Amino acid sequence: MTEAIVEVRGIGKTYDNGVEALRDVNLSFPKGQLSTLLGPSGCGKTTLLKIIAGLIPRNAGEVLVKGKPVDGPGPERAFVFQDFALLPWADVLRNVAFGLELRGTPRPQREEVARKYIAEVGLKGFEHRHPAQLSGGMRQRVGLARALTVDADIILMDEPFSSVDEQTRRKFQEDLLDLLRHHQKTVIFVTHSIEEAAYLSDQIALLSPRPGTVSRIVKPDVDRKKAPDEIRRDRGYLDTVDEIWGMLRQYV
Amino acid sequence: MKTLLSLVVWAVLWELAGRLKISTIVPPFSAVIEAAIEIAPTEKFGKAAIITLRSFGLGMLFALLIGIPLGIVMARVKGVGRLLGMWVNIFVSAPISALVPILMAVIGIGETTVVVTVFLFAVFVITLDTQVGITHADRSLVEMARSFGASRAQLYTKVLVLSALPEILAGVRLGAIRGVKGVVIGQLLVAIIGVGELFEVYSNNFLMEEFWALVTIVFLFAFAISEAIAALERRVEYYAASR
Repeated sequence: MTEAIVEVRGIGKTYDNGVEALRDVNLSFPKGQLSTLLGPSGCGKTTLLKIIAGLIPRNAGEVLVKGKPVDGPGPERAFVFQDFALLPWADVLRNVAFGLELRGTPRPQREEVARKYIAEVGLKGFEHRHPAQLSGGMRQRVGLARALTVDADIILMDEPFSSVDEQTRRKFQEDLLDLLRHHQKTVIFVTHSIEEAAYLSDQIALLSPRPGTVSRIVKPDVDRKKAPDEIRRDRGYLDTVDEIWGMLRQYV
Repeated sequence: MKTLLSLVVWAVLWELAGRLKISTIVPPFSAVIEAAIEIAPTEKFGKAAIITLRSFGLGMLFALLIGIPLGIVMARVKGVGRLLGMWVNIFVSAPISALVPILMAVIGIGETTVVVTVFLFAVFVITLDTQVGITHADRSLVEMARSFGASRAQLYTKVLVLSALPEILAGVRLGAIRGVKGVVIGQLLVAIIGVGELFEVYSNNFLMEEFWALVTIVFLFAFAISEAIAALERRVEYYAASR
């Protein structure tokens, strides 16, 4: 068992309008692995991710990062947003370097780092385009590059592919796996797609809705050394998808 | 091109109306242009223009310095927004001209009154548009900046204000147009300074060519300012297109 880099204990969240989004959520996220929060809409998975990110306050419980309780955003965690959250007035280079800009890294250094990651996500040559000139898939690559640039150990991704078309999504998933393994990142990933979760994850936490709580933890038995197309035909992959669907169908 | 054509058509119609002597208050357009060329280099006009531009500039400066920060505070601090929102909305649609006589009584008959008039004409629409812009600033951009550790100051300078820039500029443009009205109305009512004094002199002595020449110059000035800000707005709109 790998050590946990992020732990949540007894997390509870009730919104101002009285809706209880999360109740007594306990989870640990192993270092260097990709964990998915999976569940139907309204199960509080994005809320949980944003609590881990320190972006919204919780009503109960605690979040431990590397063993220390945290109460807000921190440099060891970087967020990739569902709607990309790119500055429309800034070009790709400035957007990718924005995390470092906020930290006060001098311009030449931060742009050098940004250029490196722009190339890694496959956007070389687009440094001076603006977000409005990019497709959805390219915009999300900018969002990913921005998260990688700040060199956080933990990357939090909130349904990053939901506004991206299916072909782009598959390619992006494959690239994402390569990149993350290469950089030894711990990833916490929110999705409502069972296939996506089974394809990407080392660990899947299934959340049941209203109030959201962890109902099962599944560890897909998928051989990741295989080629992407083979994984999608892999026994372990297909069994995981069936198993999860069997558990989730009761909530739908 | 279309604008130019439309201007030519109106100039020709005006010229005809003047030549036909429909009314003594409408001289031919060519005579007005002649008068404009004649009065523009005079010392009297120069002085009036400088005083007027100074009042306008000062009034607008205060309107920007107070209007934009006030709008930001109203958008970000709920209590302040609720407290002042109603008043700003009332004053944005209120006929400010009616207040000028009171200002004259309180502040006196002079340039200060005109500056305050320009300020009052311009400030409320700037505040209101800034508030709208900041309120509607992309929430996920704010969240993004926070997640990457933005300080409070960075959040404002690097995200909120830029995100609201299209609305703020729209407010500034409307404010500047109102400010031109404010400076003319202020000077007319005070009646002894700047362009307002010239207007009084020309209309009392029935110098219609000069009167219309002055009107045309003021119109052109307002139009030029509005177009300059609009050009800036279009640049910003382009970058904000993906919002």
